[in-house]
Amino acid sequence: MQLSGRRIGQIRQILGLTLVAVAAVLIAINVSGNLQLKGLSLSFDFLGRPASFDIPFKLIDFNSRDTYARAALVGLLNTVLVAVLAIITATIVGVSFGTFLLSPNPLLRRTSMMFVEMIKNTPQLLQVLFWYVVILRQLPSARESYQPLANVYLNVRGLFLPALQMAAPNGRLWLAWAAIGALVALLLYGMRQLFVVKRVERNKLIAVAGGLAAVAVISWWISAVEVSLSRPELRGFNFRGGVQIVPELIALWVGLAIYASSFIADLVRGAVLAVPKGQEEAASALGLKHGQTLRLVKLPQALQIVVPPLVSQYLNITKSSTLGIAIAYPEIMTVLGGTTLNQTGQAIETMLIIMGVFILLNLIVSALMNRYNRHVALQGHA
Amino acid sequence: MFGSTWCRLVLTATLALWGGTGMAEAQTLAQVKQRGTLNCGVDTGAPGFAVKDDKGKWVGLDVDFCRAIAAAVLGDAEKVNYVPLTAKVRFTALQNGEIDVLIRDSTLTFTRSTQLKLTPVGVNFYAGQGFMVKKSLKAKGVKDLNGATICTITGATLELNIADYNRANNVNVGTLLFEKLDEATVALESGRCDGYTDDTGSLAGARSTMKKPDDWEVLAEVISKEPLGIHMRQGDEQWANIGRWILGASITAEEVGITQANAEQLAKTSENPEIRRVLGVEGDFGKMLGLDNDWALKALKTSGNYGEMYERHFGAKALQLPRGVNNLWSKGGLMYSYPFR
Repeated sequence: MQLSGRRIGQIRQILGLTLVAVAAVLIAINVSGNLQLKGLSLSFDFLGRPASFDIPFKLIDFNSRDTYARAALVGLLNTVLVAVLAIITATIVGVSFGTFLLSPNPLLRRTSMMFVEMIKNTPQLLQVLFWYVVILRQLPSARESYQPLANVYLNVRGLFLPALQMAAPNGRLWLAWAAIGALVALLLYGMRQLFVVKRVERNKLIAVAGGLAAVAVISWWISAVEVSLSRPELRGFNFRGGVQIVPELIALWVGLAIYASSFIADLVRGAVLAVPKGQEEAASALGLKHGQTLRLVKLPQALQIVVPPLVSQYLNITKSSTLGIAIAYPEIMTVLGGTTLNQTGQAIETMLIIMGVFILLNLIVSALMNRYNRHVALQGHA
Repeated sequence: MFGSTWCRLVLTATLALWGGTGMAEAQTLAQVKQRGTLNCGVDTGAPGFAVKDDKGKWVGLDVDFCRAIAAAVLGDAEKVNYVPLTAKVRFTALQNGEIDVLIRDSTLTFTRSTQLKLTPVGVNFYAGQGFMVKKSLKAKGVKDLNGATICTITGATLELNIADYNRANNVNVGTLLFEKLDEATVALESGRCDGYTDDTGSLAGARSTMKKPDDWEVLAEVISKEPLGIHMRQGDEQWANIGRWILGASITAEEVGITQANAEQLAKTSENPEIRRVLGVEGDFGKMLGLDNDWALKALKTSGNYGEMYERHFGAKALQLPRGVNNLWSKGGLMYSYPFR
């Protein structure tokens, strides 16, 4: 019997998959067997027990009576927060420096090159620690805070901002959030109609925008939410009220963003240089200046080249957020791989969770960027 | 920095995954004898408990116990392979047989004996969780720290004790958890935190590393009991007995007046039946443990009695920590050994 090439390929894939599955099962059997020999078992029950420790910086409510699972969620959100902030900042700084590297002005070009080389070639952990120490050394004590604006304080404990607080006496806080969600959706929809869509369908616009606005207003009204302003105030050792942005977050954010931006700058420079030379010549033949050529002709085309390697930089930022453990930023590694592991001794379980979380996070980043990549690639001349 | 910590953690976890099934649990003594060295898990660097001195030699109270065990079991106090372990990997290393005994200023607790299946062999240092704060804060007790932020090394029980204390006393003492002492010290010196917390034994050491130690004070109040001691794997009672009775012998020796200097002499001349039993001149206590009859004599000649060890590492010429609860029971402390009979 003769098999077509396609068939052989399928059989190979099935064989490969079987091998992986068998290996996974063998590992699982071995793990549970060895653990049992020691009288231990692989169990995630500990996640439901009270964590009994506090987390100094959190985006959602947490106290020491909450479970380890919720503590892990607090850590995860902190990881996501710093990763998102660092990715956005690194992109802006990186692209700027990438264009500086191409500048005809030698002073700007050389200075940027020095910056990029210096940042790229020193260890990232060192940089994070550096920023942390710099921030801590420069800022004054709580009593001697800088006060750049009314109700805004900056000191060694962090940046203190006033915050809006929503309280719903009838427990319908989620309705208020739904209203805010609808409002955001309305804004996004409006911007899309204004800037992206070329021919606006008037009836549809009115229906959608009107619907969203109605949802926002009605649910806000039903929720009967009361909004108040919470101001930071110095009481005892520290400021209370408002929002505190801890120096650990800022140091990690800056450390991650600056490090990644040096690589992104190089990527951008390389991608712009990879745009065919004829494009530049055509642009200058049309009378475009350097900046215009860059902005209107080369960068849009470079974007197609730069997106795939950019993804791996984003993945690196996400993974490197675990450096937060060195400077007491409570991201998932600190919370799960630090305190939780220490308290429960469940080393294998916590590591499995951390690994799972990072695989998931990075798959999400990859998926989003792939979508974006398809979007920019389609507009090209490919 | 913490790279090595993670390497070790991954390594030990991998060992847990793949570790041979032949890891017999009841034969630690035979394994140690066959290997010819004792694998002793100690702290990576805690003044008083286990640190390397300027000649690269391990010294400390915990180290003295490692040496005593090696002397009693192998007849040579130098045959110890010190395995420095971070708080994170210590128990995994013990569970996997990477070390034979863990003497790493580790608190004996309920979950460690039940969930982690470790045998609490005995307490070699009674500590409590204390606080070091700036003198200028003029704090009298821990309650005065309401609203303050306290730096600490991510341990196991430290942050938990503070959370418990907060709940019990309805105050809010915040914590900031660092991986290493260096960064915690930077944060402390710069005023990011108002104080530092650790076991009383370690606080004395931490204070001595501050730029101006005189600016800092250790509060008298402690918020927890931290019985630091010796851990072994469960399932090997013979091995646990050896650890238990070497600790017992060091305390009994102080009670009856056996010292490093006079142990040999007393073995020849003493008529006191308990001294004779401890030193192996009378009865066959060594055999019952599976060791030579002069096991305790060898251990005491190596490290001396408990009082001598304490004096060496925490006494007036060392960290200057008053003996307090670590004194003998007969002198108002908690150190008490089961009798040798």
